[in-house]
Amino acid sequence: MPILSLIIWLSIFGGLLTLFVGDQRCRMLALVISIIAFVLSLALYFGFDSSTAEMQFVEHMAWLPSFGINYSLGVDGISAPLIILTTFINIIVVISAWEVIQDKPALYLASFLIMTGFMVGVFAATDSILFYIFFEATLLPMFLIIGIWGGPRRVYATIKFFLYTFLGSVFMLVALIYMGSKADTFSILALHDLALSAKAQTFIFFAFFVAFAVKIPMWPVHTWLPDAHVEAPTAGSAVLAAIMLKMGGYGFLRFSMPIVPDASAQLAWLVILFSLIAVVYIGFVALAQSDMKKLIAYSSISHMGFVTLGMFVIFGIVANAGEGAVASQDSHVVMALEGAMVQMISHGFISAAMFLSVGVLYDRMHSRQIADYGGVVNTMPLFAAFMVFFAMANAGLPGTSGFVGEFMVILATFKANFWYAFLAASTLILGAAYTLWMVKRVIFGDVANDNVAQLTDINKREKIMLGLLAAMVLFFGLWPQPLVDMMHVTIENLVQHVTTSKL
Amino acid sequence: MKLVYILTPLAPLFGAIAAGFFGKKLGRVNSHRVTIAGVAIAFLLSLVALSKSLSGDGSVMFNETIYTWMVSGGIKFEVGFLIDRLTVVMMTVVTSVSLMVHIYTIGYMHDDPGYQRFFSYISLFTFAMLMLVMANNFMQLFFGWEAVGLVSYLLIGFWYKKPTAIFANLKAFLVNRVGDFGFLLGIAAVLMYTGTLNYSEAFAAAPSMVGTTIELIPGVAWSALTVTCICLFIGAMGKSAQIPLHVWLPDSMEGPTPISALIHAATMVTAGIFMVARMSPFFELSTTALTFVIVIGSLTALLMGLVGIVQNDIKRVVAYSTLSQLGYMTVALGASAYGAAIFHLMTHAFFKALLFLAAGSVIIGMHHEQDIRKMGGLKKYMPITYWTSLIGTLALIGFPGFSGFFSKDAIIEAVHYSEIPGAGFAYICVLLGVFITSFYSFRMFFLVFHGKERFDDHTREHLHESPKVVTWPLILLAIPSVILGALTIGGMLFGGFFGDAIQVDPARDVLAKIGKDYHGVVAFVLHGFKVPAVYLALAGAVSAWFIYLHKPSIADWFADKFSFVHRILDNKYGFDDFNQKVFAGGSLLLANKLWTVGDVKLIDGIMVNGTANKVGLLSTVVRKLGSGYLYNYAFAMIVGLLAMLSIFIFTT
Repeated sequence: MPILSLIIWLSIFGGLLTLFVGDQRCRMLALVISIIAFVLSLALYFGFDSSTAEMQFVEHMAWLPSFGINYSLGVDGISAPLIILTTFINIIVVISAWEVIQDKPALYLASFLIMTGFMVGVFAATDSILFYIFFEATLLPMFLIIGIWGGPRRVYATIKFFLYTFLGSVFMLVALIYMGSKADTFSILALHDLALSAKAQTFIFFAFFVAFAVKIPMWPVHTWLPDAHVEAPTAGSAVLAAIMLKMGGYGFLRFSMPIVPDASAQLAWLVILFSLIAVVYIGFVALAQSDMKKLIAYSSISHMGFVTLGMFVIFGIVANAGEGAVASQDSHVVMALEGAMVQMISHGFISAAMFLSVGVLYDRMHSRQIADYGGVVNTMPLFAAFMVFFAMANAGLPGTSGFVGEFMVILATFKANFWYAFLAASTLILGAAYTLWMVKRVIFGDVANDNVAQLTDINKREKIMLGLLAAMVLFFGLWPQPLVDMMHVTIENLVQHVTTSKL
Repeated sequence: MKLVYILTPLAPLFGAIAAGFFGKKLGRVNSHRVTIAGVAIAFLLSLVALSKSLSGDGSVMFNETIYTWMVSGGIKFEVGFLIDRLTVVMMTVVTSVSLMVHIYTIGYMHDDPGYQRFFSYISLFTFAMLMLVMANNFMQLFFGWEAVGLVSYLLIGFWYKKPTAIFANLKAFLVNRVGDFGFLLGIAAVLMYTGTLNYSEAFAAAPSMVGTTIELIPGVAWSALTVTCICLFIGAMGKSAQIPLHVWLPDSMEGPTPISALIHAATMVTAGIFMVARMSPFFELSTTALTFVIVIGSLTALLMGLVGIVQNDIKRVVAYSTLSQLGYMTVALGASAYGAAIFHLMTHAFFKALLFLAAGSVIIGMHHEQDIRKMGGLKKYMPITYWTSLIGTLALIGFPGFSGFFSKDAIIEAVHYSEIPGAGFAYICVLLGVFITSFYSFRMFFLVFHGKERFDDHTREHLHESPKVVTWPLILLAIPSVILGALTIGGMLFGGFFGDAIQVDPARDVLAKIGKDYHGVVAFVLHGFKVPAVYLALAGAVSAWFIYLHKPSIADWFADKFSFVHRILDNKYGFDDFNQKVFAGGSLLLANKLWTVGDVKLIDGIMVNGTANKVGLLSTVVRKLGSGYLYNYAFAMIVGLLAMLSIFIFTT
C-alpha cells in the first residue's frame, strides 16, 4: 500500500472536498480526514524497520523522464518522525479551529489540510525537484492563511514572509538544477554520492544555506518570523512553528550536510556562530517583548538555534577527536545529531502548545499584550496549569520533552569547545527568564482588570487540544527512547556520509 | 528489595497525583489522608532500607537500572537507583521530616482554599527529592535536581496573589538556574572525560582524569578535574544557597511555613551538600576545588549569620540561620569531612524543621504577624511551642549534649585539623559563627517568648497554643533534636559508616584523625568544654540575654552608634540591590537595546525594509505588468501545481 502517497493525497483531496461540502459540515469532515491521515502515518511507526538506514515505504514513478525527474517517495529515521508529527499537529489544528473560526471555515480548514499534504510531501520526497515543489507549495496555503485570517498588519507580514522564503529557495533551485545536470538524476540519495569540487561545494553550501537558514530561521534572517507569527491566526502560528520551521532543519540534514560535507565542515564555524547568536542574542530579545506571540516566536528562533548547533557542532567534535577516531562511533557526534532531531520534534509539540495557549487567551480577550493580563489563574485555574506546564517545557525542565534535545546538544557540544557549551547552556537562564517572567505577568498575581475577571476557563474542546499536546510533551520527556530508536541507524549512516570527503 | 526501592518514591508520587488531579472529588480530608499515607509508606520503606543497610557491612546494597530512558550514541541515559549508606540516611531524613510536615500542614493550612493543591505539591516534592537522593547516575540527579526546583517554585508562589510571592518564586527559579547552568556544564565535563553518566563507572574513571588539562583561555591549561568539580559545585551553590547565589533563600520565605521547613531548611537546600558528598571521588582529586568549596562555605557561614542578627521577621531570622548552617556543611565538605557534613545535614534537618514549624506555630498564634518586635512574652500562652523552640534553639547553637553540638563540633574540629589551603580562614569563620549563631538565635527566642508583651489586646484574646496536629510534629521533631547526635555520632562519623559511598584521600582524612581520639559520647562532650566553641555559644546566649532582655537600650545605642554596620547588614551587603540593578536591570536594558537597535533598526530597518524600498522604487516602473494582487498569483500557483501533479497521478 502506498502509504506516503495516501497520506499526501488524502490530505490534499480531502482539503478540496472540505472546501466543497460547505461551512456547516466542513469541520467534521476535516477532523475525520486529519485523523485518518494520522492513523495512516502511524503505520510509518509500527511498520518501520529501525535496523536499516535504507529508505522505506518507497514509491517510485517516472514523472518527467526526459529531465530525470521522478515522483519518488520514501522515509528513513529522520523523516518518518517528522511526518508523524505533521499529521498529529494537523488534528490539533482542526480541533483548535472548531468554533473559533467563523469566517470561511471551510476555506480555512481546507488550507490546513492541503498544507499538511504538502508538508508530508516535503519530508517524504526522495527526488530533489519533487522536494522543491512541495517545499515551495507549502508557502501558498500559509500565505492564504495569514493573508485572509491574519491580524491588522497581515499584508506586511505575508509579503515579508513570502518574499523572504521564496527568495531563499530560489538559490536552492539553482543548486539542485546544477547538480541534477551533473549527476543526470535528481534523486537525493544519488546526490549524496556525487563528487563535487571544493569550489562547487562552497557555492552549493551557500545556496542551500540561504534557503534553509531563512526557513528555520537563523539569525540574521529571522525577522520575518515574529511578524508572521504575530499576524497569523493561532493555528497558523502553531503549524508555522511546529512544522514549517522544521523543513529548514530537515533540509540541512538531508541536503547540506551529506551532499556538501567538505564545505559543511569548513563553514561549520559560521553556522555554529549564528546558532549561538540565536541562543543568546535572541534569548535576550525575547526578554524585551511585550507581545506574547512575539515572545514565543523569538523563543522558537532561540530553540531552533539548538537544532543547527547540534548539527554543525559535530564537525568541531570530529576535529577534537583526533586521528584515527571513527566519527560514526563517536558517541558525542551521534548524540549531537540525535539531539538536534529530538529538539525539532519536541519543539513541534511545545511551540504549538504555547501558541495555542496564547490563542485560548486571545479568543477571550482579543489581546496578545502581556500588559493586558495578570492573575489569569484566578479565573482560569485549569488553563493556568496547562500554561505553566508548557512554559516549564519551553524552559527545558527535565521530565518534559523540551529538556531532552537541549540536554543532548549541550552535553555533546562540550566536547567541541567549552565556550560553545557555555553559551548554549545560557539558555537555562535566559529561557527560564523570558518564559517564566511572561507567566508571572500573565498568569500569576491578583486579578488585574475587569476583563480578566470575566474570563471563563477552558472548555472541553480546549481541554482535549491542550491535553493531547501535554501528553506528548510528558511522554517524550519521560521516555524519549522510542524516538531515538527510530532515528538511530539513519543518523549513524548520515554521520558516515557527512564525514567522508567528496573531494 | 527492588520493589521496596521502587515503591519508596512512587508512593508519594501516587499521593501527589491523587490530590492534584482528583483533589476536588476526594475532598480535603481524603486528600490529606492519601498524601500522608503515601509519605508514611515511603517513610516505612525507608526504615526498611535503613535497617537492612545497618545490618549489612556498609557496602552498596543495590545499584540497578529501573528503566532505560534513552540510549544515544552508545551512551546510556537511565533511571536507576543506587542504595548505599549515604542514600538510606538521606531517604530516612527526607521522608521523616516530610511526614511531620504533612501532618503539620493539616493544621497550618486548615483554612486555605488551596489545601489539596498544597498537599499535592509537597508530596510531589517528596517524590522528586527521593529520586534525587536515590539516583545512580547524573541524568537522574539532574532530573531530581530540577524537579525539586520546580516544586520549590510552585510552593514559594503558592499564594499567587501576593506580588512578593510571585517575585520571590521567579527569583528563586532563576538564581537556581544560574547554579544549574554550572551544574550542567559539570555533568557535560564528566560525560566527556569519563564517557559515562553512571556514578560507579564515572567514579572508577575519575583517577584517570588526573593530568588531563583543558584550555579555557588559550595558552592557560587548567586541570580538567578542577574545572569539572567547580562546575558541579556551582550547581551546589545554587541549590544550597551559598554566596553569591544565596539571594533567593531569604525571599523564599514568602511561601507557606511548612514548605519553608521542609524544602527551604531541611531537605532541598541540602541537596547541594549531598551532591558534593556523593561526588567525593571527584572532589578528592582536586585540592583547588576543595579550597574553593571551603572558602565559599566559610564566607556563607559567617556573613549570613551576621545578617541574621538584624532581621525582624521571625521566618527570615531562621532563614539566615539556615544559610549560615549550610555554610557550615559546605566548610565540612571543603575540609574533606564529608561524613561530618552529612551528619550535620541530618541533625540540622530535624532541629531546623522544628524551629521553622515552631515559628509557624507562633505565626498561627499571632494571626499571621511575623514581626518579632511585635511579640514578646509568648511563653505563658504557648508552652509547647516554647519548650520545643528552646530545644531547637539549643540544638542549633550547639549546646553540649544536644544533637547540633555533636555535628557542629565535629565540623569545627575537622576544620581545625584540615591542612587544605583556606582551612585557617575557615576555622576563624566557623568559630565566630558559633557566637553569632547563638546570639541571633537567642535574640529571637527572647524577643518572641520573653520580656514584655508588645501586641494589642485583640491579639491577646485569641492567643493560645496551636492545635494538636501542629504541636505533635513539634514534639516528634524535638526528640531527635535532642538525642540523635549522641546516638549516631560514634557510628556515623568514626565507624567507617559510609563505606565506599564516600571516598577520602587518606592524607586528608581529618575525621579519621579525630576518630583516633574518640572515646565515646561522654568523652566527646567533655572534650567540648576544652575547646572555645562551647564558650562562644554561651557568650552569644548571654549577650543576647543582656542586650535584648536586661538592657534593651544597648541594642538601640549600638544601632545608632554603628549605623553604618547596621545599614550594611540591613542591606544584606547589597547583594539584592546589585543583582536587581546589574543583572536584572542590565539584562533588560541589553534586551531592549538588542531588540530595538539590532532587530528593528539594523536588520529590519536597513537590511530588509531598506532593500524593499529600493525594490519598490524600481517596481513602480514594472508594476504595470501585473495585476499586483498577490492573492491572484498565489491561487494561480496552487491551481497550476495541483493540476500538474494530479494529471500526472491519474495518467500513470
